[in-house]
Amino acid sequence: MIQFINFYLIPALALGSIYALGAVGISMIFGILRFSHFAHGDVMTLGAYGTLSAVWAFGWHPLAALPFGIALAVAAALVADRAFYRPLRKLPTIYAVIASFGVALMIRSLVQLFWGPQNQVFKSGVRAPLVLFDTFRVSSLHLQAIGITLALALALHWFLSRTRTGRSMRAVSDDPDLASIAGLEPERVIRATWIIGAALAATAGVLAGMDTQVHANMGWNLLLAMFASALLGGIGKPMGAVAGGFLIGLIEELSTYPWIGSEPLVSPSYKSALAFGIMVLILLLRPQGLMRGRLL
Amino acid sequence: MDLYGLTQYLVSFLIAGGIYALLCLALNVQWGYGGLFNAGVAGFFAVGAYTSAILTAAPATGHVGGFALPIPLGLLAAALVAGATGWAVARICVRLKSDYLAIASIGIAEILRLSIINEQWLTNGSLGIANIPRPLEAWITGEASSWVFVVVVWSVVGASWWFCNRLYDSPWGRALRAIRDNEEAAHAVGKDVNALRLQTYVIGCALMGVAGALSAHHFKFLSPAASDPTLVTFLVWVMLVAGGSGNNRGAVTGALVVWGIWSLTEILTSRLPPDWTARSSYLRMFLVGLLLQFVLQRYRRGLVPERSPPLRFAELPVGLDAINETSRIHNKPRSP
Amino acid sequence: MTTTTAATGPLLDIRGLSAGYGATAVISGIDMAVARGEIRVIVGPNGAGKSTLLKSLLSMTTILQGQVLFGERDITGVPTAQLVPMGIAAVPQSRNVFVSLSVAENLDVGTYAVPGVDAPRMFERVYQLFPDLKDKRRQPAGELSGGQRQMVAIGRALMADPSLLLLDEPTAGLSPAYLERIFDLIVDIRQTGVTVVMVEQNARQALRIADVGTVLVSGRHHISGHGRALLANDEVRRSFLGGGEAS
Repeated sequence: MIQFINFYLIPALALGSIYALGAVGISMIFGILRFSHFAHGDVMTLGAYGTLSAVWAFGWHPLAALPFGIALAVAAALVADRAFYRPLRKLPTIYAVIASFGVALMIRSLVQLFWGPQNQVFKSGVRAPLVLFDTFRVSSLHLQAIGITLALALALHWFLSRTRTGRSMRAVSDDPDLASIAGLEPERVIRATWIIGAALAATAGVLAGMDTQVHANMGWNLLLAMFASALLGGIGKPMGAVAGGFLIGLIEELSTYPWIGSEPLVSPSYKSALAFGIMVLILLLRPQGLMRGRLL
Repeated sequence: MDLYGLTQYLVSFLIAGGIYALLCLALNVQWGYGGLFNAGVAGFFAVGAYTSAILTAAPATGHVGGFALPIPLGLLAAALVAGATGWAVARICVRLKSDYLAIASIGIAEILRLSIINEQWLTNGSLGIANIPRPLEAWITGEASSWVFVVVVWSVVGASWWFCNRLYDSPWGRALRAIRDNEEAAHAVGKDVNALRLQTYVIGCALMGVAGALSAHHFKFLSPAASDPTLVTFLVWVMLVAGGSGNNRGAVTGALVVWGIWSLTEILTSRLPPDWTARSSYLRMFLVGLLLQFVLQRYRRGLVPERSPPLRFAELPVGLDAINETSRIHNKPRSP
Repeated sequence: MTTTTAATGPLLDIRGLSAGYGATAVISGIDMAVARGEIRVIVGPNGAGKSTLLKSLLSMTTILQGQVLFGERDITGVPTAQLVPMGIAAVPQSRNVFVSLSVAENLDVGTYAVPGVDAPRMFERVYQLFPDLKDKRRQPAGELSGGQRQMVAIGRALMADPSLLLLDEPTAGLSPAYLERIFDLIVDIRQTGVTVVMVEQNARQALRIADVGTVLVSGRHHISGHGRALLANDEVRRSFLGGGEAS
């Protein structure tokens, strides 16, 4: 049991928290802009690298340097929207999807151009696990990731239910035409969406980078799982995406636990395909996701 | 550059250009005819490559295969297996809206990639398959063999081109384009939307498989790391959008033009000091991405815009073709 | 906030308006002048272009020709979201509430585009007009009945303290009980100084409360007149008011 918690449950929740933060952005962008943002993983990557540079420049802890990563990611998202997505707004949304595919590659190339293709770490060396109550040996990084994500999720919930911008975002997500009739300016809401989505993605990138490494493909590799998380929670529902992220993380990590006998249930090499499999199941059986149409 | 170098370049340009042209034709059937966004091109490419390699390579230890079958059989098998894979995928996913189909196709490519790496009994994993034969290997070797391959590739491209054009002009092709441009209307007229989409997807995937097989036979060695899948998929998309989706001339034109730009810039930057060469490849990738955005915004119809062939069949209502001619205004249902 | 200056002239002046969804005109050559404080009801057979006319005021169609003036301002084709700060609030026919927002949130959203509005006072006003909504204010609007949703929708529009209220078939699909209430409501709303332009299918009852009725046929203006006069008009009665409504 202890082993289960140490080596499976906590890491699963930590992975889930990274998925959750990325999935929220994807869910919001789909809800408001009505397309699947294929470049979201690379925005995450950019956030990680931006933070990395700040860490190198100032020697701060990655979380302290995070604002720099966020600033870079947000700037990139806003520029991409203005230059590449906005001109395509009136067309069928598949064009924005194709454009985002292009933006993904563009961001990745720039990252490789400026930071080089080799993998980076925030801080080298092995970290000693945190020992709680003399029994649980968990990674402090993992606990940190879970804690930060839960805090951000709460903040997001408050934002969406209490603030004008948050409610405007939910309104536009619900019905963009009615929102216009009610006087809500679509571009302002869109801007807010990119800012929040990119900021959360950057945070996810830093958490992921702290846990393992920072490399140019890190975001793209996680994209599938993040889409699955967003779909599981009900696309367009940001709080559902948080739950979806944790669920996918749990399923992925726990699938390699030897539930029956001594072999992992699912071969670790196919772990990443699991998220995809779940996603296809959702799309076919219950496309509206787990959360039904309640508030948020 | 001397004459020898020039002919070397020309040969490899024509071979790669031909393979990309085939990929573009394949993608055009899916996207241009059927409106299906396939972001998993590289996956089907790999399936075809490995199928042909396993069947035609010399026997080797460590993995299944080495049947040393003739190459045409390899190509045919590649088409069948890739097509069958496409059928399985489309069966599940064709009903999905285009956004989701895109995500699903990436997932497929990922699963295929993982399978290739992990199922070593079949593919020899990361070590790859060697000794894949060239056509007419027993009689022609060296440079002449490369020229032979150019002929082979472009024969396949030519045959596919003919096949795709026949499809385009047929009632099947018309029905498909009607669905692409106005699904609800086509459905109301009685077209079986999902069945037609399925067929589109399968045909496209089969052609991608053949392209993969050709590539395997050209390089004579195949491994999962052979080509960056994202790059292949992405370049093909840029080629198709730039060339003109919806018509085959545009597909091939786009392939040659974009490949020309890509390989030329590769040569130019290879003359820089090594440190710069690596970095410049990323810059080139960035610029190709920029090219895609530019074309998406300004020249969506491509270098060679689509033109509907003249109506030869009186049976088809004029209305649906008229929809083809005007811009593709598409009323998509809002919810997923 | 009704118009402060004692201005004369129509509040809404539509001149030679032709519009549609693309290149073909659904409505053509529409002239219509709505006076301040008027209740204008637009009726006509199905497909006459009534909703298209309203949507054109909201810049949600392709304007082919003509002009729309609001007070002194030319608002032809102005982006939809900019209309609310000018004092124009609209209630579309279907999908007229934000289903995943609560009743209170729906109403609140109505104030966002009008910076100077006194939100608490608006809430009070709306809750006074629609007491049921006050009890249900925390419920998601999607859980309400059609009639209740209509109230939320009209309430949301009123929260912006508009000078012009546009309603697209406010009684569509409502039970007879709600029907009566809606029409009484509209008269009440007009009493507070709001000009109302309403497209209606329930022509008989609507014309009864109308100051001016306008009949559209096949996208063109057919006849206008005092509401009750139109009701009494034989031709109008026969052609457009049939449909088994008890008068």
